[in-house]
Amino acid sequence: MQERELIPHLFRTEYSKIIAVLCHSFDLRHLEIAEDIASETFLKATEIWGIKGVPENPAAWLYTVAKNKVRDYFKHHAVIERQVREAMKLNDIGTALDFEFSHQNIADSQLAMIFSVCHPENSADAQICLALQILCGFSVEEIANAFLTSPETIKKRLHRARVNLRNGNFQIKALSDQEVKARSESVLKTLYLLFNEGYFSKTSDQSIRKDLCFEAIRLALVLTENVLTDSPRVNALLALMYFQSSRFDARTNDRGEMILLEDQDKSLWDQELIERGNHYLVNAYEGREVSKYHLEAAIAYWHTTPTGENKWQHILQLYNQLLLIEYSPVTALNRAFAYAKVFGWEKGIEEAEKLALDDNSHYYSLLGYLYAGVDVGRAVSFYEKAIALTRSKVEAETLRKEVRRLIYK
Amino acid sequence: MKDFLFIYRADYSTYPSPKRSPEEMQALTQKWMNWVAGIAAQEKLVDRGNRLVNSGKVLKSNGSVSDGPYTEIKESIMGYSLVKAISLEEASKLAQGCPILSYDGSVEVREINAI
Repeated sequence: MQERELIPHLFRTEYSKIIAVLCHSFDLRHLEIAEDIASETFLKATEIWGIKGVPENPAAWLYTVAKNKVRDYFKHHAVIERQVREAMKLNDIGTALDFEFSHQNIADSQLAMIFSVCHPENSADAQICLALQILCGFSVEEIANAFLTSPETIKKRLHRARVNLRNGNFQIKALSDQEVKARSESVLKTLYLLFNEGYFSKTSDQSIRKDLCFEAIRLALVLTENVLTDSPRVNALLALMYFQSSRFDARTNDRGEMILLEDQDKSLWDQELIERGNHYLVNAYEGREVSKYHLEAAIAYWHTTPTGENKWQHILQLYNQLLLIEYSPVTALNRAFAYAKVFGWEKGIEEAEKLALDDNSHYYSLLGYLYAGVDVGRAVSFYEKAIALTRSKVEAETLRKEVRRLIYK
Repeated sequence: MKDFLFIYRADYSTYPSPKRSPEEMQALTQKWMNWVAGIAAQEKLVDRGNRLVNSGKVLKSNGSVSDGPYTEIKESIMGYSLVKAISLEEASKLAQGCPILSYDGSVEVREINAI
């Protein structure tokens, strides 16, 4: 039983490592070969471990098998061997085969792979799908599940993205200063979106949501392990992700309905993750830079603290700064909430109504919330507008409950 | 949407100067931030603009160069921002609540003449 659970977990973490190292050693154009080899390696593991039991060091076992499969592959595919040789302008294929699954090589390869996948020519959605498949070892079905869409849609999206990946002449071999600088922003954005995809996912499947979030954290950690990519921004992003994750178990009830931050059972907040968040937040502020990740992390930090005199004043100022860096409807709505917390519901309502986000369900649920203590009739009608607009069943159910509570109070 | 310039004017002798306590200055900064971010929250801020240093020179056609500009007129330009709005009326509405108004100052709202 234990063995059956071990393999899928191992698949996911080791799959991406094997792919990364193989692509790093050969070329991105041979991504499919790398994937075939990784899959065959796991197939062999499933067959042999099922009979003989799991070896003492499963990862090392997998690496050895993968390496042997690479050798076999090149022996039996002379044509492709020649192509690879030409593509790499190498006289001796042996050089290409001379790679190690060392800790350092895995780390470097994964880093290079992250930078390859976050190709600015691909849409953000495509980058996330690609990241999930290649960097995180998710199946098409799992990705479709997370996006609440059909596997066919995901397949199409992945196909286009992979064509771009192959054609883009991104040098996966050595990551240069320039490339890192040029692509860092896009890499961080993809990791940020990957995390949000999990945290605010359309799917109600908690385990998939958590997986997405922790994969985003794992990849961000890879970035902090290399001096080239260990920037204040990555640290800020990590702090943000840890703070958010700390509230994972507290933010929904057993029916999957969202619980407002204020009403959450704080004893369910994961202190260890908060500590890690604090650690990376301190790192993030070592430079002088203040990015949107810094501000979001700082807001998330304040949410982990007990309500004090100036808490909401701080949060409001951070949202102000965030809006001045980059407008988003979510930020505008959150800022209006903070505004209401500082200046009272009535001023908050005034501020919120100015936003006029007439097609946004969250706009109406915020107004409903703010009006609840002022004018129940209006609060209910705003909540009903939000229910009509939302595409999330869970959110609609949470709002309906709130309406019932207001009416029968 | 058209662009509009906000020109902030106030009397330097009555507007809070940096001689105030850090606490007071911070409160004033927060007021400005709350107001400007309120415009940004409506996706109508084009450019936060700048504050101007309170000393300068004024050159005139008769060749005179004087220290200024505040020696002759009571209200000086203190800064500017750029916003976008559908009409002058909407732009003026955005200007409401500007902190400078609570210090006897004014906001002039002018449409940018896009060629």
